[in-house]
Amino acid sequence: MKKFHLKGLSVVAAVCTWITLSISGTGLAADTIKLGVAGAHSGDLASYGLPILKAAKLVVEDVNAKGGILGKQVEIIAEDDMCKPEIATNTATKLVSDGVTVVLGHVCSGATKAALDIYKDAKIVTMSASATSPDLTQSGKYPNFFRTIASDDAQAKLEVDFALNTLKLKKIAVLHDKGDYGKGLAEYAKGFIEKSGKGEVVFFEGITPGAVDYSAVVNKLKRSGAQAIIFGGYHPEASKLVAQMRKDKMKTIFISDDGVKIDTFIKLAGKYAEGVYATGPKDTSTNPMDKAVREAYKKAYGEDVGVFSINGYAAAQALLNAIQKAGSTNYDAIVKALRTDYVETPLGKIKFDDRGDAVGVGFSMYEVKNGKYVELK
Amino acid sequence: MEYFLELFMGGLTRGSIYALIALGYTMVYGIIELINFAHGEIYMIGAFTALITASVLAVMGVHQFAIMAIAMLAAIVYSSAYGFTVEKIAYKPLRHAPRLSPLISAIGMSIFLQNYVLLAQTSDFLPFPSLIPDFKFLEPYSNYLRPTELVILLTTAVVMVFLTLLIKFTKIGKAMRATAQDRTMAMLLGVNVNRVISTTFVIGSALAAIGGVLIASHIGQINFFIGFIAGIKAFTAAVLGGIGSIPGAVLGSFILGLTESFATGYVSSDYEDVFAFALLVLILIFRPGGLLGKSTTQKV
Repeated sequence: MKKFHLKGLSVVAAVCTWITLSISGTGLAADTIKLGVAGAHSGDLASYGLPILKAAKLVVEDVNAKGGILGKQVEIIAEDDMCKPEIATNTATKLVSDGVTVVLGHVCSGATKAALDIYKDAKIVTMSASATSPDLTQSGKYPNFFRTIASDDAQAKLEVDFALNTLKLKKIAVLHDKGDYGKGLAEYAKGFIEKSGKGEVVFFEGITPGAVDYSAVVNKLKRSGAQAIIFGGYHPEASKLVAQMRKDKMKTIFISDDGVKIDTFIKLAGKYAEGVYATGPKDTSTNPMDKAVREAYKKAYGEDVGVFSINGYAAAQALLNAIQKAGSTNYDAIVKALRTDYVETPLGKIKFDDRGDAVGVGFSMYEVKNGKYVELK
Repeated sequence: MEYFLELFMGGLTRGSIYALIALGYTMVYGIIELINFAHGEIYMIGAFTALITASVLAVMGVHQFAIMAIAMLAAIVYSSAYGFTVEKIAYKPLRHAPRLSPLISAIGMSIFLQNYVLLAQTSDFLPFPSLIPDFKFLEPYSNYLRPTELVILLTTAVVMVFLTLLIKFTKIGKAMRATAQDRTMAMLLGVNVNRVISTTFVIGSALAAIGGVLIASHIGQINFFIGFIAGIKAFTAAVLGGIGSIPGAVLGSFILGLTESFATGYVSSDYEDVFAFALLVLILIFRPGGLLGKSTTQKV
């Protein structure tokens, strides 16, 4: 009986504290700029959400120490969506009613999509550091959405742009290894080539991973007259294909993805790897800001940055910078600032395109030169 | 026409490799009616032995032809030793057990050998040196016949002739045929059946090792899993041709190789396996024993 009372008391206490906190939050509304941070802060996907929240806190501390934005202090309102779409809508509604100016979130693509309609209606700029579903930006349905991470099809886009615009090729063969990753990329690449109208896909096929050899496919490639191959898949098949093509004295350009951009590929294909192009995450390790953020994070939390911390840091910076540049918390002004003004982040100098993808974030093209992958600038 | 020839040669090459492995399956089956699932692993071990030997020899600066010959020989000897040992450990004690027992034992052996190589070597793919040199005289024809393909085709042909002579005209060949026909009767007539079975495993393993080295130097990479995939295909080829029949295994392998090559070349590589196995099903519907096999009722 006594135990029950205690429990009851603590619940009452918790409720009281919560109410007090909420009241004080609303009370300060006039003087602060509220940055909503939504994502998985508990549950099994918390390891994606928490590092973003922690990175955002670092940015906010930094900004507040320098006097805040538009003369106001920045306040973080964190809400947990556990990466579940059905919870995310509640989270979004709550953040909107709390009066947030902008939202950093959500973490998972599904939850982000569910929440976006609510933010859109409320005219709140939302920026994710981790949602990679291409649909979020490409559907054009969410003009309020931005992100500091490359979408899933960014590699395919980069490969196609590189082949059509940089190398000025017309006839491209698209191959894949029938796997989720490889086939997905290959299908995006095919779509981009067809949409561009600058080149044609001379053939699109899946090869069997682990097959004894690929001579028939290579012969077919030769006959198709393709100038380049875009391959979606991993390094064992890629190295077999490249070696067999080069042994056949085919000079067809080989372009692939980050499944191939590893040193094992060069080891396997040996001299035949020379001149192969592959996309890989942009090298940001030379950026001094990247290094500084990693150190500050470690100092503040006693752990290394999480998987999306750097993207989260950049997103918080971009959002706050846009408010500063816009000179107000007006939705249209913030959107305009995001699209026009570059901001210095650990990911490099970024701004956002019309659909909300960050320009200058994501993948770079690498080429094998003298047995090493070299980033093409 | 040139495209057709390219595909044809590619298919024949693939078929040759299948044939070298399939012979091991079919010979063992012919004699003790066991599907030796560990056979693909012997092929893989052959390739690994050749890789290790070739790497050591290359460091010592031996001439390329010598490397090729010694690596091949090492692979044959080592794989044969494995084949011999596998039979003694995993199959001989089960000779009189129900037929399902050695089959399970074979599957176990296959898994064991794969994991043994995985642990002893690496799970990664390893680059394999191209032991077969580029022949200058092939330049004008290299469009549809690559040097490695020529070597694979010639080696396979020589091995086939050698095997036929061995089985038809030598004493051990006669003993093998006798054992295949009726093991008990052969034993009664003084054939050392255990030795015949061991010899069969050794020959089969040697052939698989040759296949392993040739294909590895053709495609330039190996890992611990290559034996499984090649083994499944070779087994399919053996069944297609009629398991237990030596000419059948060769015929089945060439048909399988060519089907795969043409399916990829004229339809799509997406359907490579679909065509290969559809053909298998078709042939087994009309000839349940395979193309050249005897149709008998079997329990396993």
